[in-house]
Amino acid sequence: MQRDLHARGQATMDRVVQDGVQRVCTESNDRPPAELAKRLEADQMKTIAFPQGNLIGDWKNGERIAQDGRGLQWTDKPGAPGGGSCYNCHQLSPKEASFGTIGPSLSRFGAIRGNGPEIQKYVYGKIFNAKAYNLCSQMPRLGYSGTLTEEQIKDLVGLLLDPASPVNQ
Amino acid sequence: MREIQRYRQMVSEDSPAELFEVEGEALWKKPQGPKQASLEKCDLGLGPGVLKGAYAQLPRYFKDADRVMDLETRLLHCMMALQGRSREEATQRVFGNADRPSEMESLSAYIATQSRGMKMAPGLSHPKEKEAYELGRALYFQRTGPWDFACTSCHGEESKRIRMQALPVLLKPEQARPVVASWPAYRISTSAFITLQWRMNDCYRQMRLPEPAFGSDTTVALIHFITVTGKGEPYRGPGNKR
Repeated sequence: MQRDLHARGQATMDRVVQDGVQRVCTESNDRPPAELAKRLEADQMKTIAFPQGNLIGDWKNGERIAQDGRGLQWTDKPGAPGGGSCYNCHQLSPKEASFGTIGPSLSRFGAIRGNGPEIQKYVYGKIFNAKAYNLCSQMPRLGYSGTLTEEQIKDLVGLLLDPASPVNQ
Repeated sequence: MREIQRYRQMVSEDSPAELFEVEGEALWKKPQGPKQASLEKCDLGLGPGVLKGAYAQLPRYFKDADRVMDLETRLLHCMMALQGRSREEATQRVFGNADRPSEMESLSAYIATQSRGMKMAPGLSHPKEKEAYELGRALYFQRTGPWDFACTSCHGEESKRIRMQALPVLLKPEQARPVVASWPAYRISTSAFITLQWRMNDCYRQMRLPEPAFGSDTTVALIHFITVTGKGEPYRGPGNKR
């Protein structure tokens, strides 16, 4: 990989250096031993800086972020705001027919689970670093990787939890 | 399911891919480079200039280059060896667009169509072919990059789709076979002819990784792994895709 790949745009070669999580998940075929998984998940949890107070942002902006599949590719402008690519893998708003099935449906997420502080924290944390909750999850670490800002993640929390959000209709 | 098969049947008749095949034939015969030679003596594995069945037996090991090559890698080799072109010049524009296909795309269309009906039979016996298969397999599972993606992230689980695009699990012969039988292909939504080197390149881009070199061992290994997994399937291409 080191020999055959080359940097292009913002996609630099440091990206192919595997971190511990990637190595463990590759070597275990995404089925790591339970003890090891617990320890590494705890490590990943330490990377999340949970903001204080209400984590429910603007769901209208959240929907835009969820629809946006740009960011971090060599065709994307470095530093330009990117999206979460959420619809690539998940169902969200019932109005959007073009959704993927790589991840579970998030339809009516807040309607089902409520929108109090615990669930807010869970959703924020999961989006920031999904590996803290499930070590070998296929979900990218959107906060940890610098893909999404704190504000963007809050807007996605809004998309999932705000009772007015289309997701919860 | 039947409707999409009917759609595919409809678009395969008078396929736009034929336009690229015609262009590819012209390029195959066109004298180019410092040596002002055509590609007509290019050996794709069955002897110089033999095109019938050539695509179906790729990728394979080539003694003169001492490595496994897929179609596009081999074409690059011939452009350099027969036409005297530099790697830099010949790879300046390997992927085209709706306005103008690349040479590689047109040539791929022309050569692939001449394997229609033949069973895909990539090289299996040479040690380097086995190595390429193992490397491709290892790469398929390697989680890396800022989004922790491996090929398996999208192509690892049954019946998944990204947005509305179905994702074949290329580890399974029954899912790899229709794939290897239909590439390269005309992609209707972008009016572009796409090849497997392009597909590997674009996957790496979407995986948020740096760019793999055209015709590198990495791309060839992945293509070889997928083709071997899908071997035996009668070639139906070049195909049409959404």
